[in-house]
Amino acid sequence: MGIMETKNLNLFYGTSQALININLDVPKNAVTALIGPSGCGKSTFLRTLNRMNDLIDSVKIEGEVLFENIDIYKDYDVIKLRKRVGMVFQKPNPFPMSIYDNIAYGPRIHGTKNKAKLDEIVEKSLKEAVLWEEVKDRLKKSAMGLSGGQQQRLCIARVLAVEPEVLLMDEPTSALDPISTLKIEELMDILKKKYTVIIVTHNMQQAGRISDFTAFFLNGEVVERNKTEDIFYKPRDKRTEDYITGRFG
Amino acid sequence: MKAKFIDKIATIILYIIAFLIVALLVSFILYIIYQGRSSLNLNFLFGKNKFNQAGGGIGPQLFNSFYLLIISLIIAVPIGVGAGIYLAEYAKEGLLLNIIRLCIETMASLPSIVVGLFGMLVFVQFTHWGYTIISGALAITIINLPAMTRVSENAVRVASQGVKEASLALGATRFQTIRKVVLPSAIPQILTGVILAAGRIFGEAAALLYTAGMSAGSMNFHHISLIDKASPFSLFRSAETLSIYIWQLNSEGTVPDAGKIAAGASAVLIIMVLIFNFGARFIGKKIYESYTGSK
Repeated sequence: MGIMETKNLNLFYGTSQALININLDVPKNAVTALIGPSGCGKSTFLRTLNRMNDLIDSVKIEGEVLFENIDIYKDYDVIKLRKRVGMVFQKPNPFPMSIYDNIAYGPRIHGTKNKAKLDEIVEKSLKEAVLWEEVKDRLKKSAMGLSGGQQQRLCIARVLAVEPEVLLMDEPTSALDPISTLKIEELMDILKKKYTVIIVTHNMQQAGRISDFTAFFLNGEVVERNKTEDIFYKPRDKRTEDYITGRFG
Repeated sequence: MKAKFIDKIATIILYIIAFLIVALLVSFILYIIYQGRSSLNLNFLFGKNKFNQAGGGIGPQLFNSFYLLIISLIIAVPIGVGAGIYLAEYAKEGLLLNIIRLCIETMASLPSIVVGLFGMLVFVQFTHWGYTIISGALAITIINLPAMTRVSENAVRVASQGVKEASLALGATRFQTIRKVVLPSAIPQILTGVILAAGRIFGEAAALLYTAGMSAGSMNFHHISLIDKASPFSLFRSAETLSIYIWQLNSEGTVPDAGKIAAGASAVLIIMVLIFNFGARFIGKKIYESYTGSK
């Protein structure tokens, strides 16, 4: 029984179906990777987990999405949900304000006003995202001046600042260079001790390196979900094997 | 070989066209400033206009132009920015949005003399205010609102890319997101739009002719009131702006040096518009730098 679970989840954009009958559970304090070719629905699936798809008018959702056994699409406060299920995006998207204000943004909108408390959150979050040493002398400088990799770690720290339990990551390294990517991957290894991480990735080596569990998406369906080493070394489904061995996708 | 030759010819022609545009503008501006050069002094800028003798200034008109500009911006900016936010963030594609867009486009293409006559009917006669600053400001707001709305809408749309989702994903509400993340980064672009609009307001004549009137009396700046007609800050007094004064001097000027004053006022007007335009670029650039931390 995982921390998040979907039951018979179907999602439609207008009349076209993007997710077909998805039953998936996400184990706590582990990294689950969602892999699959472009357009297979993995990002869409990720965005149903913190209701980011609510922003798109034409989206219709059927089935259940459970977070700690409560259906998040039925009487669940979306603000509380997004505070507990945080999200990191494909492109680093720091706010055009100082590094400090970026991190303090979340705690502030959730009501933390005390300066000392905010200082403490900012330091702790930046340390957790392994960015503190690089930025501690320039907290009041604009976050836009950081490198792409630093910006992405800042975005991770910004999410950590609201103390989520689940981290959703939508191809967080696809816009970064190999060294920054490595830093984020090392970071994920640390983060999974405390958080549940769900990551969408195009990069199968990355899924192999960092994840404990992997789900393979194809054309809106989950073909297979298993321990990562089993997906890679003994796939049960022919389609998974074809994808892993690079026969398509 | 032939293709390369044609490419060269085309390049030269395009350069010439670009140069012509620049040359046209520069010679136009230089000519006007040259014509008015003898008037560019403090006595002319701040001096009182005279009615039947030479040597008058444009002080009251210059003040009126600025005051009307400020009043008009106070009315137009909140409405324009609000409409821009609505269009960019709240409106859903559909019939209503199409109707709003059609209205804004129609408003943008209204000739200013028509707006002036409409303003006379509604803001002057219907309200029984007579020729007043507030009537003029409202008429000018009608002219400026479409551009202000469009600038704000674009600015908000651009500013919200990426960061909007990040903010919502942290558990912020839509309004918190707009107020704390989107608007601050949209402000440089909105400000640039406002200053450019200010340049247009400053030079507007036709819409003010029948709304703000053509009188410019002496001003006592110690008398501060928004209502009392004797105060220069009154919203309910008639106010002749610089561009109206130029028109008046040329059509029915009674002073012997009307031509000279008109030329001087034109030079001042065009210099002010240039200042607005360069100011918009300068301020936009400064704020952009402070946001991106490139300086």
